[in-house]
Amino acid sequence: MLLVVLEHDRGALAEAAREALAFGRSLAEKMDEDLQAALIGSDDGALVAEAGDYGAEVVHTCVHEVLSDYGPDAHGAVLAQMVAELEPSAVLACGSDRGNEVMAQAAARLDAPFAANCVDVTPGSPWTMTRVQWGGSLLEDSSLEAEVALLTCGLHAVAAQPGDSVDADTEAFEADLDESHRVTVVKDRTVQEAGVTLPTAPVVCGGGRGVGSAEGFAQLEELAELLGGRVGCSRAVTNLGWRPHSDQVGQTGTRIAPEIYIASGISGAIQHWVGAMASKHILAINTDREANMVVKADWAVIADLHEVIPAIIAEVRNRKG
Amino acid sequence: MRILCCVKRVPAPGAKINVTADGSDVDAAHLGFTTSPHEECGVEGAVQLREQHGGEVTVLTVGPPEAAEQLRYAASVGADHGVLIPGDGAWDPQRTAAVIGEAIDVLESEAKELFDLILFGNESADSGGFQVGVRVAHSLRRPIVNGIKGIEVSGDGSGTGTVTARRAIDGGFEVYELPRPCVLGVKEGLNLPRYPTMKGRLRSKKLEIRSLDIDAAQGGQRRIRLHRPPEQVSETVILGDGPDAAVAVVDVLEELGVL
Repeated sequence: MLLVVLEHDRGALAEAAREALAFGRSLAEKMDEDLQAALIGSDDGALVAEAGDYGAEVVHTCVHEVLSDYGPDAHGAVLAQMVAELEPSAVLACGSDRGNEVMAQAAARLDAPFAANCVDVTPGSPWTMTRVQWGGSLLEDSSLEAEVALLTCGLHAVAAQPGDSVDADTEAFEADLDESHRVTVVKDRTVQEAGVTLPTAPVVCGGGRGVGSAEGFAQLEELAELLGGRVGCSRAVTNLGWRPHSDQVGQTGTRIAPEIYIASGISGAIQHWVGAMASKHILAINTDREANMVVKADWAVIADLHEVIPAIIAEVRNRKG
Repeated sequence: MRILCCVKRVPAPGAKINVTADGSDVDAAHLGFTTSPHEECGVEGAVQLREQHGGEVTVLTVGPPEAAEQLRYAASVGADHGVLIPGDGAWDPQRTAAVIGEAIDVLESEAKELFDLILFGNESADSGGFQVGVRVAHSLRRPIVNGIKGIEVSGDGSGTGTVTARRAIDGGFEVYELPRPCVLGVKEGLNLPRYPTMKGRLRSKKLEIRSLDIDAAQGGQRRIRLHRPPEQVSETVILGDGPDAAVAVVDVLEELGVL
């Protein structure tokens, strides 16, 4: 059996969970074994049904007062207990912040190896996998010698497509948890921004060193707002103090996946590219025809962004009436 | 307060990274090396906490002799002590974690005091295993939270008390409160690391680097080979070379349905 971890936030299924289910469905097929899922901290029938839409036959749910909100210790402990009791051949989560954290917690408890951010997995003895290194600029083929293969799939490695829909059964899992597991449960939350955020924005207007100054981002802000999107930036820009780190797109920033990424004045160094490459379409605005971002883009305008962006803003306003 | 920050020497981010002909490793011939970016912020965070509350900052790395450069760099921005465990940055995560866990035991028993706070990078920039910090924390039976971009300590940060840690989530922050001693996996964005001063550079040259010979058994994960992903080739359509291109650009936006 392949056990897929269903990431959720206070009962709302995460896109990462759908990606893990889609990746898991094809992996379970390769293994010629059942696809089942683990839902830790919720037993919501709607989530169970959605897992069924992706082919999960059984969803093991675990509800406990310590699981009132996310906590790496508690979630890792439950997952490790599920592995010990249900004896899956492999466990898969999505390589999101929480997915990698919970899997590492379970791996530490089980003293088992864990391969993070796989893009391709072949079951066997040993298991072999191709995994993301350097944030995606290199791949590593590796092998995993273990009784249970603990894996995460790279974020955005697959599209979150439902398939092989079944009516999933719910099985309640009794976890052995106590107050000590509450040690790292989320204590409080601060919501900084409502509405569309960088990881989920349909349009991202990115700016690099070519924007020239912090003030230069006002035009990108205006365009992003008109298009219902968000502003992003390169690492050079955050290092210069022009934008907060939360706007950074890249290996050490946010991985975006918009319908279109409009990259202005960004050369497209590998560290930035790996955060942008899951974009469905890319439009580059740059004075350098040979810039990496231009070469990799679907469309490009070879010109000074300070002239082009205001013209785009005017044209958008014009058509919106 | 006693803080330990674990760092890794990695090729500078942004560089094009080549692989040796047999795929066994990264071709280091033309690469500049640096501290993995999350951990550079970890060192800065540790130094800031010491500046506020007093105490000392120790920086530890597992790596080749050249990794002493990263320890000296940390000293140039304010770290007090450097510990180098001779080893290979390509060791598997279980082996690396076992070695670091044992090194921490050695350092704490010698000092007869625990580290109040241990910092790791959320993941190394190169191998990206996302687990060494968690494994070490588990072996020390201390709590850990990853993805941290804000740290505050209760009291003067020493002995019993708490560490309040902020983690960025989509559109906001989660707040965790951990009892000391504890461990955090930090991310770039925790702060903007300072540049070394001339005085700092001079001080770093005098840093006495402690070498600790520790090894551990290999874990279950093994590298077979490294390779480059296929280059994403795109037939870039040039929409224009000036403001006139705006019409074509907005046509594209309309076609994609984002207008």
